[in-house]
Amino acid sequence: MTRVGVVVFPGSNCEYDAQAALRELGADVDLVWHTATDLSAYDHLVLPGGFAHGDYLRPGAIARFSPVMSAIADFAAGGGPVLGICNGFQVLTEAGLLPGALQKNRGLTFISEPTTLVVASTRSVLTRRARVGQELVVPINHFSGAYTCDDDTLQRLLEGDQVVLRYRENPNGSRDDIAGVSNEGGNVVGLMPHPERAMSTLVGSADGRVLLEGFLGLEISAARG
Amino acid sequence: MIYPVVVDVTLRPGIADPEGATIERALPALGFAGVRHVRAGKTFRVEVEADDETGALAVARSLAERLLSNPVIEDAAVRVESR
Repeated sequence: MTRVGVVVFPGSNCEYDAQAALRELGADVDLVWHTATDLSAYDHLVLPGGFAHGDYLRPGAIARFSPVMSAIADFAAGGGPVLGICNGFQVLTEAGLLPGALQKNRGLTFISEPTTLVVASTRSVLTRRARVGQELVVPINHFSGAYTCDDDTLQRLLEGDQVVLRYRENPNGSRDDIAGVSNEGGNVVGLMPHPERAMSTLVGSADGRVLLEGFLGLEISAARG
Repeated sequence: MIYPVVVDVTLRPGIADPEGATIERALPALGFAGVRHVRAGKTFRVEVEADDETGALAVARSLAERLLSNPVIEDAAVRVESR
């Protein structure tokens, strides 16, 4: 069975949602405290949403120094699939495992609403089971979600097919409508929207499934809902 | 010696500054018609124990680059605070 480690920092708050979603897809999911230094038991790692270390200074700025981060960097360097959702995305950018940075939203508003994402690349572990151009309804829930990078970085992202997901209608001022990016290898992915909250039409959308199934390397399930 | 050091963190030129923009939009209503190009930033005051001023600034610069700023979007400047 696929083993997933969901890394929990002081202040994380989406770890149980992530665990429940991945368990529903058949994975064996452990919550891993941020002081862990051995992640060899896991095939996949998830950094969940929340407010790691209170988001003091900047989101992810202090979490980057948590003991678990060097093990995550080693795991990523070895090609292991790593997914950062929302605050997890912010942590991965602060740690330098993903390019760019997340800034306060345009208009300085906290935004919690469903968004329509457009799949921009299927080269990443998160989107490998989706189609380019496929639209997915996935909620966002953030204050610092405006993706930012300099011109050179954007150029490299576009050339390397590293922009994974875009917003159909930009909610937060993200550069080039970017909702998610990957590293060069495509095995480390971060996104601001919450696929783990889009697992059932009962709560508005099951479109997160195709993303998390791709992340786990599963075939797309026929059953939805 | 203990040196009081100020670290100023500002967004790099060209990086969007939603805080500065929001402050700037509020200015006309407050009567500050001639104030423009507002850029928001952060200031940190720290005390650094070092042999001399150069050493204190080197420590502060390292701290600024590794933790207090995100070099992807921010610049950091350090100076010893005059007493």
